[in-house]
Amino acid sequence: MSNSYKDVMSRKSEIMKEALGFDYDQFEVDGIGFDYEKMMKASGYTLSDVREIQISQNVGQTPLVELKRLSAYARKFAPKGYGARIFLKDEAANISGSFKARRAAMSVHQAKKLGYKGVVAATSGNYGAAVAALAAKAGLKCIIVQECYDSDGIGQPEIIEKARACEAYVAEVIQLSVGPELFYEFLKILEETKYFNASLYSPYGIMGIETLGYEIAAEMKKREGQFPDMVICTNAGGGNLTGTARGLLKAKAIDTQVIAASVDLTGLHMASDRQFNQKSFTTGHTGFGIPFSTFPDRSDVPRSAARPLRYMDQYVLVNQGSVFFITEALALLEGFERGPAGNISLAAAFSLAQTMRSDQIIVVQESEYTGAGKHMKAQVSFASDRGVKISLGDPLLEKPGKTIIFPSSGALLKHKELPLDQLRASYLKHFSEKELSQKDIMYLATELNTTIEHISILLEEINESKK
Amino acid sequence: MIKKNQIVLIYKVILPSSERATNLPLDTKEVPFEMRVKGKLLKSADIGDRVEILTASKRKESGILIEDQPFYSHSFGHYVDALEEIKDVILNETEELEI
Repeated sequence: MSNSYKDVMSRKSEIMKEALGFDYDQFEVDGIGFDYEKMMKASGYTLSDVREIQISQNVGQTPLVELKRLSAYARKFAPKGYGARIFLKDEAANISGSFKARRAAMSVHQAKKLGYKGVVAATSGNYGAAVAALAAKAGLKCIIVQECYDSDGIGQPEIIEKARACEAYVAEVIQLSVGPELFYEFLKILEETKYFNASLYSPYGIMGIETLGYEIAAEMKKREGQFPDMVICTNAGGGNLTGTARGLLKAKAIDTQVIAASVDLTGLHMASDRQFNQKSFTTGHTGFGIPFSTFPDRSDVPRSAARPLRYMDQYVLVNQGSVFFITEALALLEGFERGPAGNISLAAAFSLAQTMRSDQIIVVQESEYTGAGKHMKAQVSFASDRGVKISLGDPLLEKPGKTIIFPSSGALLKHKELPLDQLRASYLKHFSEKELSQKDIMYLATELNTTIEHISILLEEINESKK
Repeated sequence: MIKKNQIVLIYKVILPSSERATNLPLDTKEVPFEMRVKGKLLKSADIGDRVEILTASKRKESGILIEDQPFYSHSFGHYVDALEEIKDVILNETEELEI
């Protein structure tokens, strides 16, 4: 059997089927769509099953804390009567230090149940350490495939730290240079080892997050007598937002607004070898957030269970300097020293809170551990060593890869809005050459959380712009 | 000579530049797609030799031996002026907060 790039990629669907123990063909319907809810149900787990599985692995049930001083700081810059109460779900308290343990708990449980000897995950992020930790606990072998180095052999400090964490749990870490061919190596490893694909995008990976949304809603209702007005999720692959929103809905928190937040890395190409180490965030950025929202099925499974546009009410962007600023503020004002990538939604919350009444509640639904490499100081000095200019000023003037601008006052920490219709149009462009049936249009309306009429208008606009 | 069973780091070109995926930015397309992985050396060898290792998941992998006893050197970085300045901004602006 040939292992050439072309041949391995052509065996993709058989390799996937073997490695997931799950046949995605059964969810396909005529036309462009598939039955998403049928796929989620076919995983065979209910929310209470997930909760039980996670508790048995010491995952979840993390503290929900009110950030009183940080909220007061934001309120200082808000009109009178404005400045919502900001709460943080301290997901860093999970085993392996991030909310990704919730997803890993489900993937590892499923792998063990189906009798696989090991798990493989393609990730440069916290998910690697989460899978490695829980695989160690379950007695399974673990391989993590990560994009880590540029062609000069210089590793992103945050990713090097994650490799160290994986190795602490006896995982094998395959470190690759920049490029989408990571998927090719991933497929080869799955085929060679016959291990389980602990994909972030399987139904298990997403159901694992539903408990996070559910816990937030239930605890808030109990403590404050109301559901949160807003929950902000850092958005990259879309699973965090999708799972959280589904959990909120399962808790009947139907009026809670779900907001996506990403770091704005506009202008940097994610597959560029030279630009790889010019960014100070390796996840939670627009380079993942936008393409995965507008084309979810680009992931490592045939149909992604992460479909964020179905659930998001608003998409906001913050710059790198603002996230570092809020990371410092979280430590100085609240005594939480946490990793910067977990604080993207916190930076957005600081700004969004000022648009909400002071009795309203906004929940930042994650935090992550910090340490050598994945610390704001490590990231900022790494950027400065690569020629990125670091200064104080108006963060909205930051040019990713060229400058990092910290707000020279909390008053300047502002989010930018990414219009949902812009994302919907990008999504629809994938289908603009196709003859779409009424059933397809209905599917698109559900996918993009809008009406059939609105889909038709957006499609017309796309066709107009082509003329 | 590095002894058998020693932990080492190996390097391998997975795809030469000419066999890389299409639709890549030019700077990525013109360099090879590379791998680094750690494991126990199966036979004594020297830096630069083509070797076989046993990885942490007990898989055999081959490549060029590039480092003996690899270890971590990532850190908290170094002093950056602007980071000290934002600390002052935050502390000054929150001196008399009303909670």
